[in-house]
Amino acid sequence: MSLWDFYARNSREVLGLVGQHVSLVAISTAIAIVIGVPLGVLLTRRPAWRGPVLGVANVFQTIPSLALFGFLIPLPFIGGIGATTAIVALIVYALLPIVRNTYTGIAGVDPAVRDAGRGMGMTDWELLTLVELPLGFSVLLAGVRVATVVGVGTATIAAAIGAGGLGVYIFRGVAMVNDTLILAGALPAALMALAADGLLGWAERRLAWRAR
Amino acid sequence: MPALEVHGLGYELPGRGRRDGGRGRALVQAVSFTVGAGETLVLLGRSGSGKTTTLKLINRLLEPTAGEVRVAGERAADLPATRLRRRIGYVIQEVGLFPHFTVERNVGLVPRLEGWPAARIAARVRELLALVGLDPEGFGRRYPHELSGGQRQRVGVARALAADPPLLLLDEPFGALDPITRVELQHEFQSLEGRLGKGMVFVTHDVREGLMLATRIGLMHEGRLAFLGTPQEFRESGHPEVRKFLEAA
Repeated sequence: MSLWDFYARNSREVLGLVGQHVSLVAISTAIAIVIGVPLGVLLTRRPAWRGPVLGVANVFQTIPSLALFGFLIPLPFIGGIGATTAIVALIVYALLPIVRNTYTGIAGVDPAVRDAGRGMGMTDWELLTLVELPLGFSVLLAGVRVATVVGVGTATIAAAIGAGGLGVYIFRGVAMVNDTLILAGALPAALMALAADGLLGWAERRLAWRAR
Repeated sequence: MPALEVHGLGYELPGRGRRDGGRGRALVQAVSFTVGAGETLVLLGRSGSGKTTTLKLINRLLEPTAGEVRVAGERAADLPATRLRRRIGYVIQEVGLFPHFTVERNVGLVPRLEGWPAARIAARVRELLALVGLDPEGFGRRYPHELSGGQRQRVGVARALAADPPLLLLDEPFGALDPITRVELQHEFQSLEGRLGKGMVFVTHDVREGLMLATRIGLMHEGRLAFLGTPQEFRESGHPEVRKFLEAA
């Protein structure tokens, strides 16, 4: 059976899995932004915390995703079988690039501009919202882009713990040694990653201030 | 009432213990001077003599470890730092214009932070751009990267004047400009000084610039004010550090 026949016959199921996949990535990335951006800002205010926080985030990044899903299952509240566990794991992976790029984006603001802002009497909040975040925004967005693209890939593994998504076809295909089935899951996931990369990359370029 | 009074100002870096016996390194020591309205005090000195540190102690970008600063009669230490700074214009060598703001928004920043109505900000911005010799129509909507170095520094001066502060601090404002633009801006600044009637502290290491713009000159040497007097007195002084500066010019 060709890939197109497969899609034609299972269109409702395919769309359902695509929907699940998108929501896994969207929810986890959104939560990671809500946690990661303030954390990145905090690191610019408390330089001593930078090493430990980025270190921990780095360590999480090195845990193989399948193992992380496995580790989370026995935990209360955030663990178990299903989407919640998958979302927690995806948040953990998305945090590092977002925290790091928020920090890098703000730290990369010209010190003269920051000095001028402070010297003119901006409060720390005004400096952050009027100067540092707008100027560091394209770098921050690059972090979100990396997190999203990685998230689309990692979310395929969420099927292993019953969270659904396009990984369902991939795992089924691997178990049945059926290339068409593997491709049925992998192809839309790859397209999704490319689309996210393209869209966020475009936004990033549009918002990059040519600061000179 | 003087625009600025500085009494026994000092700044010491916190000691690291052990090697220096717990005592810090003094960057500025026992600096006192007064700047009246319409007066320009030029702080002259070598790199590392404490000129820039003194400026930062006045607007509390650094907190003084000794002494007192009064701006227009009010004790600087009693005001919240942000409120103090909005009353003091600040111009730095690197200009530090906000690259994502137009010229108009850069100049109107402090009035905006102070919550002025939009129409009043717009009128003030036009007035200031004209004052520093930039056509408000042509320049208002441009971004800093579209300006030359000299134009950028004019915008920097306009921005510092925006909320009509009684005191202006200028840290080598013309230091990064080419020699021709530099002389041009020095002459314009000289004519501005008289018209504005503000107290100014102007930091430079260029003696000729200092002699040209100063009502009084203060020479900083190793964190202390080694000499304070009129340009005439400066030329006639026998102080060894003053002589060195004059010979170098």
